[in-house]
Amino acid sequence: MKRLISILTLIFMSASLITATAEPWDSPSYKAQLTGEYINVYNWGEYIADGSEGTLDLNAEFTRRTGIKVNYTNYASNEDMYAKLKSGGATYDVIIPSDYMVQRLINENMLEKINFDNITNFHYIDDRYKNLAFDPTNEFSVPYTVGMVGLIYNSEMVSEAPDSWTAMWDEQYSGDILMFNNPRDAFAISQFVLGLSLNTHTPDDWALAYDKLLEQKPLIQSYVMDEIFNKMENNEAILAPYYAGDFLSMKDNNDALEFVYPKEGTNYFVDAMCIPKGTQNKTAAEMYINFMLEPDIALENAEYIYYASPHVEVINNPDYSLYQNPVIYPDAETLANTQIFEDLPTETMQVMTNYWDELKIDGYDYTTYYVCFGAAIIGVIALTIYRNHKKHKYDYD
Amino acid sequence: MKKSSSLWARLCAAPYIVWMIIFIAAPLLMVAYYAFTDAAGNFTLKNIVALDGYAGIFIRSIWYGIITTIISLIIAFPFAYAISQKSTKYQSTMIMLLMVPMWMNFLIRTYSWMNILSDNGIINTALKAIGFAPIEMINTPGAVILGMVYNFMPYMVLPIYSVISKMDRNIIEAAQDLGCNKLKVITRVVLPMSVPGIVSGITMVFVPSVSTFYISQKLGGGKYDLIGDTIERQFQTSYNYNLGASISLVLMILLLVCMAFMNTFTSDDEEGGIVI
Repeated sequence: MKRLISILTLIFMSASLITATAEPWDSPSYKAQLTGEYINVYNWGEYIADGSEGTLDLNAEFTRRTGIKVNYTNYASNEDMYAKLKSGGATYDVIIPSDYMVQRLINENMLEKINFDNITNFHYIDDRYKNLAFDPTNEFSVPYTVGMVGLIYNSEMVSEAPDSWTAMWDEQYSGDILMFNNPRDAFAISQFVLGLSLNTHTPDDWALAYDKLLEQKPLIQSYVMDEIFNKMENNEAILAPYYAGDFLSMKDNNDALEFVYPKEGTNYFVDAMCIPKGTQNKTAAEMYINFMLEPDIALENAEYIYYASPHVEVINNPDYSLYQNPVIYPDAETLANTQIFEDLPTETMQVMTNYWDELKIDGYDYTTYYVCFGAAIIGVIALTIYRNHKKHKYDYD
Repeated sequence: MKKSSSLWARLCAAPYIVWMIIFIAAPLLMVAYYAFTDAAGNFTLKNIVALDGYAGIFIRSIWYGIITTIISLIIAFPFAYAISQKSTKYQSTMIMLLMVPMWMNFLIRTYSWMNILSDNGIINTALKAIGFAPIEMINTPGAVILGMVYNFMPYMVLPIYSVISKMDRNIIEAAQDLGCNKLKVITRVVLPMSVPGIVSGITMVFVPSVSTFYISQKLGGGKYDLIGDTIERQFQTSYNYNLGASISLVLMILLLVCMAFMNTFTSDDEEGGIVI
């Protein structure tokens, strides 16, 4: 009997050993093969648990588990990343662009197809975030984080809690409204108010949205992006649109701030891991992507980043500090009332940016400038004539 | 005077010439190329024609540039003159103090101004504490001009100071002997003799303030964008390199005209000015 138990235990142990070695990085042969290699990861700034604030340093952990070194660099915007990639000045193995940029990269044939046989953890991704419009067959991208835009307001300074984007057109808040300083996000708000699609290709729709923004311009305190943090935390503005995850860090510094998903709907973004063409080490890149989807790793990362995770094990983990947080994980009704940015064709982009330029230029009376400028020119001409006159006088003297 | 340059001298100059061709001439040619082509690379004047929509911004940028230059000159000339009258040690300390803030990045300095000028910033908090009504400073044209004066004024002080400090003291004494009072010494002797410094100072303040960006976005709240911001937007968010290039090209031509005009104030034999 004793013998049987020990044999059973042995079998059990070896079985558990086998399940443990199922992960590619625990197999010694894999490790030997990839140890000393490195991958280049190109991500947004402060967008990975890096060991600060008591988190796990995920890149170091990846190296520890696989022996692959991570060469990690940052970018500030999708556009920066795109420019760098397009210029061909550097090669990357993993990049993490947003939805519309993924679509553009796919359209321009700049991404490698991911071998999903190597992404064994892909089943952890919530079905909601699979096969999205930017990658309909889900061959090129693996969702990393999800975020939504909402309306942040200062509960002590509003007359009543807003529930609609139209609060940003309310004259009583004139001079206390902050607005996105980039065309796509700013137009999105106007499009929600008007009930238009964010991805419309019709120039007339953009014209309507532009008129709405122009109408709003006199009420705007400033067009800003990350200054929103400072201004909202210091009670310098009452209303501002921003991302849910960032609202939580503002709320830490100013308890009067509240957040609402406006009833007209809002847009959400998905940042997804992709492998660009020209990768030097596709297998290692796929291992990195798979590693990011490990339940414990994804949890560490979600705790650090504060945006919503597309990972079901994280979402449903009661130990997660944002478990069922209504701001980060809103109810199904809010989630249903959302749109995602798609890549716009060049002509539509042109229409949008021309309107944005006009918005930045319009709405002011330039007469004063013209008058002053005219006066300055006349002054300069007078000065020149006077100098010439004086010169001639000296010449004759 | 002119010597025919030896082979050795030419070899020494070669790296600089190559450098200038690659990093100055080639980019300028690319700007011109983009300005006159469309996205597909075909010749077009569309980008230049489209500029009439940006006339207001051009005028505003130039006007702000003029204001900035005038304010800088009004502050910088007396300052440069005053320090040049002090002992050498005092002079070097003052110039040092002028330079120290420039060791910091101008983005950081501009960001600090945001905190100083904002509605709940240092100035307004102080005003409220002593019972005055707060003043609206941030997000106004005044804030933009303040930011530009603050950032670019040292470029006005330095050339003026270098001209005044090199001035022959005997000339000033001669003027005094011939009956000039202090004011007349300045207006009749120091001021005319420092014209080369003033001209290069004006150029060095006017050019960057017309083409500046960021300051106007941060201190003007994105509502008083200048031509620099517009150019930046064409490249960063609109991907309209062609329009961006044509705005840049026209801006460069305008600035060249301005500088050519300023240079008529300095005759060739005068020294101390910076030839641009």
